[in-house]
Amino acid sequence: MHRYANPTRFLRIANAVLPWSTGVMVLAFAVGLSYALVFSPPDYQQSETVRIMYVHVPSAWMGLFVYTCMAIASGVALIWRHPVADLAARCSAPVGAVFTFICLVSGALWGKPMWGTWWVWDARLTSMLVLLFLYLGYMALAGAFDDRQRGAKAAAVLALVGWVNIPIIKFSVDWWNTLHQPASVNPVGESGIAIDGSMLIPLFAMAIAFKAYYVTTLLLGIRREIAAAKVRSLRLAEVQG
Amino acid sequence: MTRKKRRLYFVGLGMLALGGATALVLTAIGDNLLYFYSPTDLTEREVAPGQRFRLGGLVEEGSVEKDGETVRFVVTDLVHTIPVTFTGILPDLFREGQGVVTEGQLGPDGLFTAASVLAKHDENYMPPEVADSLKESGYWEEGLEGAEAAVRSTGGAEQTSH
Repeated sequence: MHRYANPTRFLRIANAVLPWSTGVMVLAFAVGLSYALVFSPPDYQQSETVRIMYVHVPSAWMGLFVYTCMAIASGVALIWRHPVADLAARCSAPVGAVFTFICLVSGALWGKPMWGTWWVWDARLTSMLVLLFLYLGYMALAGAFDDRQRGAKAAAVLALVGWVNIPIIKFSVDWWNTLHQPASVNPVGESGIAIDGSMLIPLFAMAIAFKAYYVTTLLLGIRREIAAAKVRSLRLAEVQG
Repeated sequence: MTRKKRRLYFVGLGMLALGGATALVLTAIGDNLLYFYSPTDLTEREVAPGQRFRLGGLVEEGSVEKDGETVRFVVTDLVHTIPVTFTGILPDLFREGQGVVTEGQLGPDGLFTAASVLAKHDENYMPPEVADSLKESGYWEEGLEGAEAAVRSTGGAEQTSH
């Protein structure tokens, strides 16, 4: 019974948070998309192509953010054997993988008209591709064992080990010459924010929308996994009983 | 309780060791991760004649000469310069004062023959009106700093700042 105490409490919190995160998501998407597509100005050099940024950059942030959440959840699951933490890490992986994929595809579509190439093997692009493979590897490993516990353990170790790639992605544009330009939004760096205020509205609105989407799908995913675990244990009890 | 602590230390030490190992590996292979060399890099390293490599920097103001399909321009990192010739289609963002990454080889006469030219832009984004008013009010220096960041590499641009 003690094992179910935490999931029960989690479900209560999740059900209270879900309407709010959904509301924030819808609102931020409405504001973000309308500014991104219509109300924000074109760029002085890239003109209308700059609108790709409002999908590309928040997706990249999501790729790094979700992976960090997944690594923390994996660490908590590994050390404290917290059952909800393992579910959180498992449910994060597909979300992060999709946003990393969106980042890579939108970046290619942006690179062709602006840089003159779909893809180059520079440090930033390559490390981002490695991130996608880490997500895919995590998902494959987490599902590869008949014994869920063993799969969880192996995948958690992979998530933690793979986290070393996150600072490499972030600082690749500062440490090495890359075709990709340095960060435009870098509050702690010397460059600060190199984007005009009128373009920051859609950028941050889309970033909030993506984060709210993550919270919503994560809560729904964990809720689904808890329900699935209950079904499994009921079936087991039926067979044994 | 002690088991949890032991696992905590194990994971913590593992992450530290992994981080240290990664840092060492990255430092060791550092130069191979450079996507391009700046003109200043080329003064410091030997490049065999005919060896293909990528050269990056800014297109020097007033250096672009077009002759049919062939274009000649000078790549600079504000310290050293290298003349480049290229035959083919340039990316839309190619212009004087903009970042560029070219791939090709250096001839014995010091002329770099590029097989491909990619545009490298900086991290500044703004509407055209803001760019115009910045230029009018003389605050465009910030934009130039961004351009310097585009060629920021092994100290090329830093040397000019002091």
